[in-house]
Amino acid sequence: MVRRDIALPYVRPLRVISVDTMGSELAVRAALEDMRGALTKAALDEDTLGSVTLVLAEALNNIAEHAYAGMQPGQVQVRAEIFADYIVIQLRDHGCALPGLQLPAGHLPDASGPRESLPEGGFGWFLIHELTETLNYKRANGENSLELRFARKPCSGS
Amino acid sequence: MQLNSAIQKGIHVITVDETRIDAASAIQFKDEMRAATDTGPDHVVLDLSGVSFVDSSGLGAIVASMKQMGDARRLDLAGLTPDVDKVFRLTRMDSIFVIHSDAATAVQRSAS
Repeated sequence: MVRRDIALPYVRPLRVISVDTMGSELAVRAALEDMRGALTKAALDEDTLGSVTLVLAEALNNIAEHAYAGMQPGQVQVRAEIFADYIVIQLRDHGCALPGLQLPAGHLPDASGPRESLPEGGFGWFLIHELTETLNYKRANGENSLELRFARKPCSGS
Repeated sequence: MQLNSAIQKGIHVITVDETRIDAASAIQFKDEMRAATDTGPDHVVLDLSGVSFVDSSGLGAIVASMKQMGDARRLDLAGLTPDVDKVFRLTRMDSIFVIHSDAATAVQRSAS
């Protein structure tokens, strides 16, 4: 006998925002502005808004530059679910899988050397790890799915 | 991507006339910084007060702009807006550059 009365309650998001974009750098820029506009209307605080926009930029540009590298850029579906104290964003694309089917570690590049050896890249996954609460990657049926979760700061005075 | 140059008290102040330095504009930014800093004073201040967004590609392009100037010359930053400041802080690149609150302060401090 299945007991249904003890199932976890389903928490409905306060708001759902969906933005579809092509996986190219210029399309990503437009999608980020759309998403930022929609998140601003959802009364996100400036700090969370900045973090979400930056992480989305890094994740979408990774898809444009790596998942769809060397092929016609395909679609990326972005879906943001806003809850009272957190935000979940899911990115789905049909490009190549992440190497080894796992998330890159995201270490901070070493900047301790002389000027000519300062890092000019490798910051993207570091920023994604640093600014998210949890991070999940799944590859199934030719689709990449990246789920990013952010804590939402309590918004004062709104 | 448009960069505006001005020489103030012997310091080359470069203003970015664009709200974003991102993956789509990073290479162009780096090339235009090279052209802008090819000649002129050894001390350059990059005024970012009009830039509201820099991603990791934009950050890399700013670091590359400093590297291509060579060891004898200096690139400072000024006027970081909150989201841009966050990128520099998180990646510790704020310890690589001298960062001024705004371009006028940078010129005054360096000239005196």
